[in-house]
Amino acid sequence: MKNIENKEGNETIDSLPSSTKLAIELKNITKRFGHVVANSDVNLKVSAGTIHGIVGENGAGKSTLMNILFGLYKPDNGTIFLNGQAVDVNSPEKSIALGIGMVHQHFMLVPTFTVLENAMLGNEGSMFLQSGEELVLDRLKGLSENYGLDVDFEAIISDTPVGMQQRVEILKALNRGAKILILDEPTGVLTPQETIGLFDILRSLREKGVTIVLITHKLKEIMSITDTVSVMRGGKVVANFSTEKTSPEELAENMVGRKVLLSIKKPTLKVGNPVLEVKNVSHESKDGVNVLKDISFDLRQGEILGIAGVAGNGQSELLDILSGIETLQRGQITVNDKTILPYQDWNSKKAREFGVAHVPEDRHKRGLVLPFYNYENSILGYHRNEEYSSGFLMDKRKIFNFVDDLVENFDVRPRSSSISSGKLSGGNQQKLVLAREIESNPKILLVGQPTRGVDIGAIERIYEDLMKLKSKGTAILLVSVELDEIMSLSDRIIVMNQGSIVGETNSSDATELDLGKMMSGLEKV
Amino acid sequence: MSDSNIIPKWLSVGVIPLMNLFLAFCVSGLFIFFIGENPFRAISVMIKGAFYYPGAIGYTLYYTTNFIFTGLAVALAFHARLFNIGGEGQAYVGGLGVGLVCLVFDQYVVGFLVTILAILGSVIFGAIWGIIPGYLQAKRGSHIVITTIMFNFIAAALMVYLLVNVIIEPGQMSPETRDFESGVGLVQIHILAKYLGLDMAMSPLNLSFIVALTVSVGFWFLVWRTKFGYEVRSLGHSETAAIYAGIKVSSTIIIVMAISGGLAGLVAINELLGVHNKLLLGFTAGYGFTGIAVALMGRNHPFGIFLASLLFGALYQGGTELDFEFSSITREMVLLIQGLIILFSGALAYMLNPLVERAYLKYYGNYSNA
Repeated sequence: MKNIENKEGNETIDSLPSSTKLAIELKNITKRFGHVVANSDVNLKVSAGTIHGIVGENGAGKSTLMNILFGLYKPDNGTIFLNGQAVDVNSPEKSIALGIGMVHQHFMLVPTFTVLENAMLGNEGSMFLQSGEELVLDRLKGLSENYGLDVDFEAIISDTPVGMQQRVEILKALNRGAKILILDEPTGVLTPQETIGLFDILRSLREKGVTIVLITHKLKEIMSITDTVSVMRGGKVVANFSTEKTSPEELAENMVGRKVLLSIKKPTLKVGNPVLEVKNVSHESKDGVNVLKDISFDLRQGEILGIAGVAGNGQSELLDILSGIETLQRGQITVNDKTILPYQDWNSKKAREFGVAHVPEDRHKRGLVLPFYNYENSILGYHRNEEYSSGFLMDKRKIFNFVDDLVENFDVRPRSSSISSGKLSGGNQQKLVLAREIESNPKILLVGQPTRGVDIGAIERIYEDLMKLKSKGTAILLVSVELDEIMSLSDRIIVMNQGSIVGETNSSDATELDLGKMMSGLEKV
Repeated sequence: MSDSNIIPKWLSVGVIPLMNLFLAFCVSGLFIFFIGENPFRAISVMIKGAFYYPGAIGYTLYYTTNFIFTGLAVALAFHARLFNIGGEGQAYVGGLGVGLVCLVFDQYVVGFLVTILAILGSVIFGAIWGIIPGYLQAKRGSHIVITTIMFNFIAAALMVYLLVNVIIEPGQMSPETRDFESGVGLVQIHILAKYLGLDMAMSPLNLSFIVALTVSVGFWFLVWRTKFGYEVRSLGHSETAAIYAGIKVSSTIIIVMAISGGLAGLVAINELLGVHNKLLLGFTAGYGFTGIAVALMGRNHPFGIFLASLLFGALYQGGTELDFEFSSITREMVLLIQGLIILFSGALAYMLNPLVERAYLKYYGNYSNA
């Protein structure tokens, strides 16, 4: 193993081929939040007309750095150079004026406005809407054709697919004259096909001289689209590479600071009897939308069943019903030979009694009470169990004994029972939730987005824990928007689109493209 | 509301509230100066009035008792993220409980027993006045702020009707019931002291104060040591997480509002059983509303609520003295001072945080790569 500690600091920057023209140069940027140093002496060079990737784990300082560049934060130290000139970017307006555009992870669009109204926002062209719209529409149509940004200007944003919303965001930035485009985790909500489309757009933007900074945690994307890449860790840029000269393994190693196993060893295990049977489940949301349509599947002992799909195609609702958070409206669920019928008394408490544990998709909203201490969160949902209480009182000693073992065995850092869970990193929060649910010895584990916002080191650990649980014979239902994760963990995969199951396949036969087609609803298998 | 995680706890819960208080007094001093009085003399009158004159401490603690009850009532609801503005009405209806129990039983049952029943009556009636808005919130989604405010008016109207038409002492004009029989009521502390051979100045301070302290300890125990308290706090911090944990949201809301109403109802034992010895119109005198400020300042913790109650008790009592001593300082001026304190320690509670953080980092901070 190479000793990567030697790459610490900025030495490698000089080893990069020095380009003639730099679009962005950040010099010695430092940003503190109280005691926490979010960016420490960061240097970054991005050549004009290239695509530069920034990778790093959560909390490595990527977003802070980009927010500084976009004028949302003011750095404590350091200078920003744009096209060789030192500039003072002290507000988003200023940075837009300087030609920087940002596409945020969560789109900043007005859902009830049309595509055109959204795209012209911030640069309306004229005081009067009518003449402004005509003016801007012309310009936008030009941009749209030039860069392959295919949008329907008349459509209302809330009716358009996320892929198009993202193109609107890019158009909006270009309409304001952006020459530098920052994209923060742009592929999180896209199908593989949409991702390919986005990358085509990015390439054509690059050809026209636009400089692109791409923040992502998906190493595969870095490898396929960027020209150069910087790795951030602990608030510092720890390495810079020319993309063609590096590998995902090397990038991951730099992100984490040690060697990581990206592959997963699946225990070979004969699956047992079905423990969860879902029959013809349909569900109507509060707004009257049919979010689940006639879902049927079963899950067996020792099996991991993956549910693939673009976020918002009914997976969340399915998890909610199975875990007792939502009432079952139609269909039938059989859990360990106990049958639940529509509108029967079915809640999270009962689900736990039936041996169903649940790692929810959103650990901030559901899985944890953030201001609670670890010891309080370690029994959330199980606080009525006799192990942690006597009569109506909580037994603090028993709880502390339990949580001390828990953080030790599942490597939750810092190993403290009396720190607010809200202060843990995403990965450690997730480890805590997973640990709690695994320790309840479930027959069935429902897992939603186990690695969303989780650093690579923790991902490794979470996969290991899931595999250990599988080999103990627990049935696991895995919902994830990360196709790689579904493909490498599951034994069987079902794909959901618009509330229906559109396909099922064994993970050994699955290819990313096939799954992608099913996810986008193009093909039924 | 979020506490800073930069400065240590003794600064954020100890020093900063004192600084806020100091600022409030400074601004109050300015006002007193502008109306032509000497602010230093005013403050000395106030402090003497609250702590120094004979019986002053008794009066201060008597007011404190009311604020502890209403402060705890608001705080418990806050822990479930419910804003119970109905403390006033709940206390008022709690008084009805006390009054009815006493009027019905005091001629047949020994006074001690009647007193115990009357205390229960105050809690149960207050609880009922909390349960109804709680039920409406939990099952019907009517916002608790709106319903509790309305219930204050309903309580006031109900009490006027009953006191004027039904339970008024026959043959008199003022809307009050007859006096409770002797032997019913909570002993005043100065009388108790006399039995023990101590000489204390007369004041309305009575055994309710002890009840208030006991209830405070019970409050702490309930919120931080029981499963129910755990569920309440889970619900208060995150309803979605509470549902995930299998906590029954609606029944928790209803029970919290019952206990909250019961706590507010206890104001009646201090006022009616401890002092007035009869049920009368308007005995709640705004204590229910001030309880909101007390809970806010006391950060929903019984110890904080005790300190805040003490402060407000001292202000009430010292303010009365101000009113006596200075012709130009009226009751309204005292309300102004109270308002400023609520402003600085409630609404502007975190105003000084950045300043203190910066100062703290400058003298103690080391920019480690933590």
